[in-house]
Amino acid sequence: MGSEEYISRVILKRKIVNILMLGLSSLTALYGMIWLFWILADVIIEGLSFLSINLFINDPTPPGIEGGGLRHAFVGHFIITFMATLMGVPVGIGTGIFFAEYGRHSRLIKSLRSITDILVSFPSIVIGTFVYAFMVKPVGHFSGISGSVALALLMIPVIAITTDEILKLVPNSLREAGYALGARRWQVIKDISLSAAKRGILTGVILGIARVSGETAPLLFTAFNNNFLTFDPTQPMASLTVTIFQYAMGPYEEWHGQAWAASLVLTMGALLFFISAKIIIHGFRRK
Amino acid sequence: MALKNFIKKKETETLAENKGVKISVRNLNFYYGTNHVLKDISMDIHEKKITAIIGPSGCGKTTLLRCFNRMHDLYPGNRYEGEIILYPDGINIIGKNIDPIRIRMRIGMVFQKPNPFPKSIFENVAYGLKLKGIKDKEVIYEKVKDALEASALWDEVKDRLNDNAYSLSGGQQQRLCIARAIAPEPEVLLFDEPTSALDPISTAKIEELVVELKKRVTIIIVTHNMQQAARVSDYTSFMYMGELIEFGSTEKIFTKPENKLTEDYITGRFG
Repeated sequence: MGSEEYISRVILKRKIVNILMLGLSSLTALYGMIWLFWILADVIIEGLSFLSINLFINDPTPPGIEGGGLRHAFVGHFIITFMATLMGVPVGIGTGIFFAEYGRHSRLIKSLRSITDILVSFPSIVIGTFVYAFMVKPVGHFSGISGSVALALLMIPVIAITTDEILKLVPNSLREAGYALGARRWQVIKDISLSAAKRGILTGVILGIARVSGETAPLLFTAFNNNFLTFDPTQPMASLTVTIFQYAMGPYEEWHGQAWAASLVLTMGALLFFISAKIIIHGFRRK
Repeated sequence: MALKNFIKKKETETLAENKGVKISVRNLNFYYGTNHVLKDISMDIHEKKITAIIGPSGCGKTTLLRCFNRMHDLYPGNRYEGEIILYPDGINIIGKNIDPIRIRMRIGMVFQKPNPFPKSIFENVAYGLKLKGIKDKEVIYEKVKDALEASALWDEVKDRLNDNAYSLSGGQQQRLCIARAIAPEPEVLLFDEPTSALDPISTAKIEELVVELKKRVTIIIVTHNMQQAARVSDYTSFMYMGELIEFGSTEKIFTKPENKLTEDYITGRFG
């Protein structure tokens, strides 16, 4: 029969197209992976060779003097990120709750949600200059706290969108069950929606922190930098990212080495964050 | 038409005079946006009896059920007209000055699909008690135990009260939802097709339970399963296209229906 032949021709054609497409997509995937692993390998190899305990316990020494470290930048980075988390997380979660629980049927909130979506990929340098204009310029000097505000502003949309998405996954039948028992709206949100969504929201928080902990641009105009250890958030404060930027551009071999080591620590930190997020999501799904 | 209305009115009037009316629906109209969903419904719900609401899909039976505990208030665009009087105090459930929260504390609900909270078995049943402001742990424990016993679940879960509710089977989850609804001791219990997501054995257990529960509460059950209505209910109302076509004792509706539509529906000629 002629149709038999026709069908086998069609099947052969599909097989060829299939192999071709598979090959192409594998190649593009490989292309992306090569760069990623190259960067990772480079950071690990170079970073490890410069990694020492001095990096964590000592402050910078003048160029040429051995044993300098980046303690000031680790401390500064931690303080800036921590304060940003304190400011960003409650606002982000609150915004997400507002979108998902109160704004279900409101057109205004729908457009607010789209704006928040855009803010997630907003250029961070613009946030930095914005905070510069209202927190640095009036005071006359850079400060750690303004860096935290800039990072918090970056963190809020990420956390808000994730919280909103996760809360939307909570089946409405659960809320109705709560209302049917005589719960008020805030009780339904607190006892049912949030309790069902807590793992997902925690994941959003971790992703939000991870998103900002690698930022440099918003800190350039706000926290700036400091060569000395400080715990005072009203003063300019060093951060790992800005220090890496400065040291990598600097003329000294030692600085380059320390920048490599700091890059390694930063990368590992981010990796740790993402892995813990994955573990939490996994637990969420299993439950 | 006028005669039908007259008979209906006459019937409901005489029913209201009888003692033992728990809820009296009077000329209820419900609108969803511009959609006129329930049309001039009047009926009486008898105390500690089971009233079934039957009818084809989209006839408004679930909409009517959700008027009794004001569930429609959760979504915009709803409008009630008429009265739903709750006895013994005679308040109008759909009155503008009535807080739906108070109504929902007196009128519980069990949904189509089991919807336990993502909490422990114990916490599920205790939630309604906490909402009522009961704080005494011993009182809560006793009431939770009583509710679980009344919903025939106690023996199956007494050793694992702290397990997550999702570890139960579908039928057990639905009985847990019944326990959760009866723990705060409501006066009326609404069932919205409570067995439509369950297997025949679980369905039989739930039906048995519903009949048992009428010793404690007044029950209104929506079902698309006519055999179920015939098996469990004392009164049956047949709805079609948002209207209450016929209301009467279950025996009468299933053996000597007055309306041609009712007869056609229960004999399976449409629906």
